[in-house]
Amino acid sequence: MNFQDILFYIFSTILVASALGVITVRNPVYSALLLVLAFVTCAGLWLMLEAEFLAIALVLVYVGAVMVLFLFVVMMLDINLDRLREGFWKWFPFGAVIALIMVAEISMVLVGKYFGLEEMPTPRPQDADYSNTRELGRLIYTEYVYAFELAAVLLLVAMVTAIALTLRHREDKRSPNPSKQVKVRKEDRIRMVSMPSEKKE
Amino acid sequence: MDRIKKFFSTFLLFELLKGMAVTGRYLFKPKITVHFPEEKTPQSPRFRGLHALRRYPNGEERCIACKLCEAVCPAMAITIDSEQRTDSTRRTTRYDIDLSKCIFCGFCEESCPVDSIVETRILEYHGEKRGDLIYTKEMLLAIGDRYEEQIAKDREADARYR
Amino acid sequence: MENIQQQFVEIFGIEWGSMLFSLASNVTFIFAIVIPLLLGVAYLTFAERKIIAYMQIRVGPNRVTFFGIPWLRGWGQPIADAVKAIMKEIIIPTGANKLLFILAPVLTIMPALAAWAVIPFSPELVLADINAGLLYILAMTSMGIYGIIIAGWASNSKYAFLGAMRSAAQVVSYELAMGFALVCVLMMSRSLNLGDIVNGQQGNSLLNWYLIPLFPMFLVYLISGIAETNRAPFDVAEGESEIVAGFHVDYSGMAFTVFFLAEYSNMILVATLTSIMFLGGWLPPVDMEPFTWIPGFIWLLLKIAFILFFFLWFRATFPRYRYDQIMRLGWKVFIPITLIWIVLLGLIMQLPESIRNSFPLNIWF
Repeated sequence: MNFQDILFYIFSTILVASALGVITVRNPVYSALLLVLAFVTCAGLWLMLEAEFLAIALVLVYVGAVMVLFLFVVMMLDINLDRLREGFWKWFPFGAVIALIMVAEISMVLVGKYFGLEEMPTPRPQDADYSNTRELGRLIYTEYVYAFELAAVLLLVAMVTAIALTLRHREDKRSPNPSKQVKVRKEDRIRMVSMPSEKKE
Repeated sequence: MDRIKKFFSTFLLFELLKGMAVTGRYLFKPKITVHFPEEKTPQSPRFRGLHALRRYPNGEERCIACKLCEAVCPAMAITIDSEQRTDSTRRTTRYDIDLSKCIFCGFCEESCPVDSIVETRILEYHGEKRGDLIYTKEMLLAIGDRYEEQIAKDREADARYR
Repeated sequence: MENIQQQFVEIFGIEWGSMLFSLASNVTFIFAIVIPLLLGVAYLTFAERKIIAYMQIRVGPNRVTFFGIPWLRGWGQPIADAVKAIMKEIIIPTGANKLLFILAPVLTIMPALAAWAVIPFSPELVLADINAGLLYILAMTSMGIYGIIIAGWASNSKYAFLGAMRSAAQVVSYELAMGFALVCVLMMSRSLNLGDIVNGQQGNSLLNWYLIPLFPMFLVYLISGIAETNRAPFDVAEGESEIVAGFHVDYSGMAFTVFFLAEYSNMILVATLTSIMFLGGWLPPVDMEPFTWIPGFIWLLLKIAFILFFFLWFRATFPRYRYDQIMRLGWKVFIPITLIWIVLLGLIMQLPESIRNSFPLNIWF
């Protein structure tokens, strides 16, 4: 067992434990934080596979932005755990079936002939100056450009939809408009009046 | 034209630069801070600081226990007990000022018919325990004895205006 | 160095020996970065108090000295402050979540220090010379927000929670503008490695630095950097007049100091990144005799100090932004500017070589 193996087992233990924690811990804030931990350890595992761009992008996007918003929402919610637990046994068979299907699908993909260990051997270690950012960029913008652009358009549509759903103009709302406020000049607002002083009686 | 000017002054952060020029200039201005223990601002002879009880030049204490100061004190910081002495004059047996109540208005000084209770220029005093700021007759007399020269000079300087 | 490595190999065997040797040398390097950094933070607070005081025609801290040396008056202040903070009690409020309350400062300082791993101090002097250095920095700075959110939530206080919310929203939105500004830099340098970015600015003089072709991005980056570190004028997260001190109201003693350390080391980090991305890192301003005598490390320090001075200057000058104005500046001003600049830059870089060479005075593209 060399150093890398030890690292791998440490990371994967933490990953599995925290992933289990996400679904078992009672406090929703804890479970969100455990999910963060799972992401970070996952990034560690990816780093060991020499996929540093993906690992860092995972931390950057999921840990740095998505989970922050998750936490944001979870902290503001007042979640009643008892009510969440009410229908557990009622929905359990349904959930179990879904879980089984997922396990079956994943194992079919992984064990099958396309992604088996024989088909996907450990990649050759790359040179020190090999930049997988560059390689990824090259692939994305040449071979997979349509898929990539489609995904981007999909995200854009989702974003526009989200904004369109939440944006509403209320007539009775009064809010300051900074660009208008900044444009104010003193000539528009102030009128200098020269008044003669009152005469003494 | 005006809008173009506006655009450029906004995006070149002109107003921010003006503000920074002001603070930048002040960076090099001579500083006006008074370095307290070494330097002190001038005090008026009317300065109202720590209290003191004065004596006549012959050593007799001035206070005749008329209790005017006790009556006039708006913070009720002064407590006086009195009794007749063997030479049949009325003197205080107790003259306490609770400096944690005192508001340094100077009414006690104004009301005193014999210029006994005065406020001195002393402002650097402190108490470390509860009760340290209750000054008794002995303490006040000691302060008066110690700073009599300064107190007398201040009264003299102010006498014209009274 | 090789000698020591030999000894490690002799004691622990070939594989473990070299592993442990690299571990030991890296730990030494980390300490060599972190300890001067923390000292720098201490004296940055001193510089801040002194400079802001001077701008407000005061004199600032001028009492604590070392061994009574009169011309060092005031220089002992940060040490005295640190000692005071260490001695103080850490109060944990009732109803606070104890674990997270203690964890929050740790989570704040961890990324603030970890980001320093990829900073190149000179051509050779870098702890981790990784290819995705810039991304790593972005990832680390974006993780700093967890400490703030958790601190706000774990304190079980409305003020702290409000501060955390504000801070989280602010950091997330300014990260975008910051990232886009950096995209311009990496388009110019064609690399995510910080050392390569500095090398890309090599030339005869400071005209080659990315400061000139990317000047608007420089401003955007600097301002977003200030917003990202929650510094004045973007310090609504701890607006004293509204929410007392924001996310760290309930912290005291060393726990508070750790937040403080993180804030200031983030400040130094942003200044360092600005000098690396836009001011040519360790490169001297003019590639000529008297300037090249000074080692690159000193040049980098000088540039960092220069940017930090601006940070303090901003704090002394500008009033605090209103929250909606901060959001507007981030989303409606900076992001459009950076996007336009990225497209422009891309267009220029895609022009044929002959047209680009015909630009007058062109030394960048």
